[in-house]
Amino acid sequence: MTATFKAVADIIAEVCSIEPAKISPASHTIDDLGIDSLDFLDVAFAIDKKFGIKMPIERWMQEVNEGKTAAEDYFVLNNLCSRIDELVAAKAA
Amino acid sequence: MQFDYFQMVDRVETFDLEARSLRCHAQVPDSSTIFEGHFPGHPIMPGVLLIESMAQTSGYLMLALAQYERMPFLAGVKDAKLRSFVRPAASLVVAVSIEHEGSGYTVTRCRVEQGGKTVAEASIMLRSLPFPNPELKATLRGFADRIGMP
Repeated sequence: MTATFKAVADIIAEVCSIEPAKISPASHTIDDLGIDSLDFLDVAFAIDKKFGIKMPIERWMQEVNEGKTAAEDYFVLNNLCSRIDELVAAKAA
Repeated sequence: MQFDYFQMVDRVETFDLEARSLRCHAQVPDSSTIFEGHFPGHPIMPGVLLIESMAQTSGYLMLALAQYERMPFLAGVKDAKLRSFVRPAASLVVAVSIEHEGSGYTVTRCRVEQGGKTVAEASIMLRSLPFPNPELKATLRGFADRIGMP
């Protein structure tokens, strides 16, 4: 379990009142955890603040809606954490 | 303030683009049917309208920062505190600043002051979307012009 996943899981558990045991790296934020768009905004805010980044959610959604990317690439937690790590690394570069 | 038209802000006092902050004057009306019910013989401005005044001021700030290309919508209110009663004819200042600008959403820190004292405060989240039609965009631009937004 990566530090990023641990931090994201903690945020989701607190913001969305989800039992931590139900959150795994394979969890889909929408299909498995039932996080709706409004709660996801709160999650995004907490992640942005925690990691000092700005997750490009609108661009991600647009790519998903246009069929350029599968939703799983952004919204399954291990993939989301990889995106966060990329954004943190890009910021540090 | 024009309660009947849900216009809670009267004029801009200061707009600081660099600090991403906005202060607006808001004059509570002397009388309103709202005060007749809230409460009979003890008129005070409803707390939800103080929160709305902070949300609208946040919205004007977001409109200006987005150069009137996106429309803000209230999405969440956190840590709201209503510290003092606000009476009819009160002269208020609503001060907001950007706490975080995310992708498609913004969080602002807001307070309402009366005579330099904070009477209400909150953290407000607004999501922003493209205007649903050009007419609404023009109307919002007109609202902003009315209060003296740049």
